[in-house]
Amino acid sequence: MQLARAFLIRLLTTLVTLFGVAVIVFFVIRVVPGNPIAMMLPPGASDADVERLKALYGFDKSIPQQFIIWLSGVLHGDFGTSITRRQPVLDLVLNRLPATIELAGMALIIATIIGGFLALTGTRLRGTKTEAAIDVGSGMALSIPDFLWGLLLILLFGVLWPVLDISGRVTPSLQLPFTTQFYLTESVLRLRFDLWRDIAGHMLMPALALAIPLSAIIGQLLKQSLKETMHLDYVTLARTKGYGENHVILHEALRNAILPTLTLIGVQFTFLIGGTVIVERLFSYEGLGNMAIDAVINRDLPLIQGIVVVFALLFTLINLAVDMCYALLNPRLRHG
Amino acid sequence: MQLSRRTLLQLSAAGAALSVASVALPAFAAIDELVIAYNVPLPSWDPTTGPSAVNPTIQAIYLSVFDRFIGQKPDLKPEPGILTEWGWNEDKTKIHMTVRDGVKWHDGSALTAEDVVWSLQRAADEKTGNPITFIWSTIGNLKAEGNKITGDVVRFDPTVFMWMYFLTGFVMPKAYYEKVGAEGFEKAPIGSGPYMVDKFEPNAFVRLKAFPDYWGGKAEFETVTIKFVTDPAARVAEVEGGNAHVTLEIPYEEYDRLKGGDKLVGTAEPISDIGMIFINDIDPMLDANVRKAAVMAVDKQLIIDRLLSGYGVPIDTLETPDYTAYDASIKTPYDPAAAAELLKASGYGPDKPVKFTIQTTKGFKPKDYEMVQAIVGLWRKIGIEAEIEVYEIAKHYELRAADKLAPMAFYNWGNSIGDPTTSTGFAMYGPSPHSVWDGKDLIAMIDPLWGEKDEDKRIAGWKAVDKFIADNALVLPLLQYVQPIIAAPGVIVTPHKSGALLPYLMKRG
Repeated sequence: MQLARAFLIRLLTTLVTLFGVAVIVFFVIRVVPGNPIAMMLPPGASDADVERLKALYGFDKSIPQQFIIWLSGVLHGDFGTSITRRQPVLDLVLNRLPATIELAGMALIIATIIGGFLALTGTRLRGTKTEAAIDVGSGMALSIPDFLWGLLLILLFGVLWPVLDISGRVTPSLQLPFTTQFYLTESVLRLRFDLWRDIAGHMLMPALALAIPLSAIIGQLLKQSLKETMHLDYVTLARTKGYGENHVILHEALRNAILPTLTLIGVQFTFLIGGTVIVERLFSYEGLGNMAIDAVINRDLPLIQGIVVVFALLFTLINLAVDMCYALLNPRLRHG
Repeated sequence: MQLSRRTLLQLSAAGAALSVASVALPAFAAIDELVIAYNVPLPSWDPTTGPSAVNPTIQAIYLSVFDRFIGQKPDLKPEPGILTEWGWNEDKTKIHMTVRDGVKWHDGSALTAEDVVWSLQRAADEKTGNPITFIWSTIGNLKAEGNKITGDVVRFDPTVFMWMYFLTGFVMPKAYYEKVGAEGFEKAPIGSGPYMVDKFEPNAFVRLKAFPDYWGGKAEFETVTIKFVTDPAARVAEVEGGNAHVTLEIPYEEYDRLKGGDKLVGTAEPISDIGMIFINDIDPMLDANVRKAAVMAVDKQLIIDRLLSGYGVPIDTLETPDYTAYDASIKTPYDPAAAAELLKASGYGPDKPVKFTIQTTKGFKPKDYEMVQAIVGLWRKIGIEAEIEVYEIAKHYELRAADKLAPMAFYNWGNSIGDPTTSTGFAMYGPSPHSVWDGKDLIAMIDPLWGEKDEDKRIAGWKAVDKFIADNALVLPLLQYVQPIIAAPGVIVTPHKSGALLPYLMKRG
């Protein structure tokens, strides 16, 4: 009962948050310099032409009036029509979101594998030159931004040893039998591993670029947790029982040490979805981030609003799910 | 034979290097599918409405799928296209056009004079969102009879037929569009151009198939994929890694490097885009000496040589040598000594500099910010202290439309029909939302030229306007841009002065 009440309260605060985001983004993008009408004015346009275009796109009304019109549309599932793409905003956003989720998911998996491997190796070889090398490598991975990793990967695997595709999400000549935009997932479900290989090949470089800095964070946190756990009594007991160091790390220490890392991975996933923008642009990956940049460049206000609101919705829903899971798993929270 | 550890390592390294080198060689031998790494994505398929319609950088994609009313040669001159003949009557109160026979839409239906009439009427209809209605509405009462079209001149505009090979001047399929509607057209566009849309992934690529019944003859490359690769470094990697056969708009340094090797060929030709600096008629730009000094103190050739690797053509007016009203006799020479004297006459000098702001984009055009930095450096020597303000291009448009640009503002202007109205005219005519110079004397000079029916008189009038602008330093023209294009050896690219990279003009070689 208490949990249901907590859920309802959390849901309400989520709605308030979403409304706040909608208000802020709506007003801010209209106040900052650069309006879409000025961008589409042809040579020789008169003042009357300017007014006509304003009326055509609904910019002739006051900002609060525009907001009310937009909000009432949103409540009916209509996020408006993109100025540049001339298609419903919601369709555009929902078509792109799966690509970004798959990219962020792949980056997270790669980061977890690399980070986990580095942490376990660093813990196993603690105090040696290998651990020092891992620390130096992690520092470098963290201090270089993802788009620079992207450029380096393009140079390595796109130019010097061109084994991976530089741009796009899939080879243009392939015929895709998919019904959803989750290409990678659907290719597995349909057992089309030929397509899976192509899609994964396109995704690997941008995912790696995103994963490298994140793997350093995961690796460092997990290694630190493991090191702290290695001094606990139950680990010492395991050692005295004669278990080897590998067994102690993997079967005794890791189980406890991994908890903070899992929390971090959950949080990072939401950040990854929002953080793919530059990398998607660099690799011409058809995700939401790439579309967001175009929308901002072209001052496509309805599309910017749609993207931001959907991002915010996704963030708050993931946070809501995490909070609810946490409440369900934690007896103190579960029983109030 | 004994193999030492060192020798083994050396051999391994050499082997690895060889294998990498062999893999890195692009497989350009036989081109089944031409791949172009293009610099901007295509947002919308309707070439006549919305912001995309007036975006010059995506016209090449539209021109692959659609035909304009009138064709345009690579040197910007018009040529018969869907219309084989066009013109006015003697007193220029009526127009006449003849539509080419035998043209087909991609769905196999015939392109008729009704399609042309409908396209022109739709373009003039404010409700469709065509941004160029101010031109299309100058003709009306259009009637088709067979393949002949006649119409009335509502308001004489000497450039109306030029717009038929310029922005939004495309022939659209009446029956198909009315059947599928705007949304349906976005999903499955058809035109009468050399290529049909096979597959389109926004922000990623468009795959085109040669239209076998194209009136101008089937395109040489059966399949063309245009990948939208917005990052210049990624575009370089695409051609260098063999993933694309052609690319454009890459840094000039990279262009020199790539064409200097033995794997790729390059072409760099001047196009119709220019770099310029707007002068707003606000203090201190109301002082003619300051304006003239600012113009005379800029060594354009030096800037082109040092910053653009020599790729650029200095200009003295807003007309390039390819434009109709170009007048080689109008000069604004680099003369820092004379510039210093002019400033001195107005009470300025290195010890007491005249101060103002200059606005510029950064990275919107090649070396835009760096060029402005260099100009500010040249000005400083003679007593002009300009503060650089960087802004986004969207802000430039808004400020320009509101006549609120800083005293000086860098911009690039495109004019692929080469007419003076669409260069000097719209950039310098006070009432235009694109002009920030509002001098009444200049407006009075330009006013009669808009509707001038005598073509020779009209062009002579624009040349006089350009001379007046140069003599009074009302704008600072900088350079005509050069477009770098890199291609695989198997592809011969014909550059187009408009800057449009047209797959139809590409041949095997």
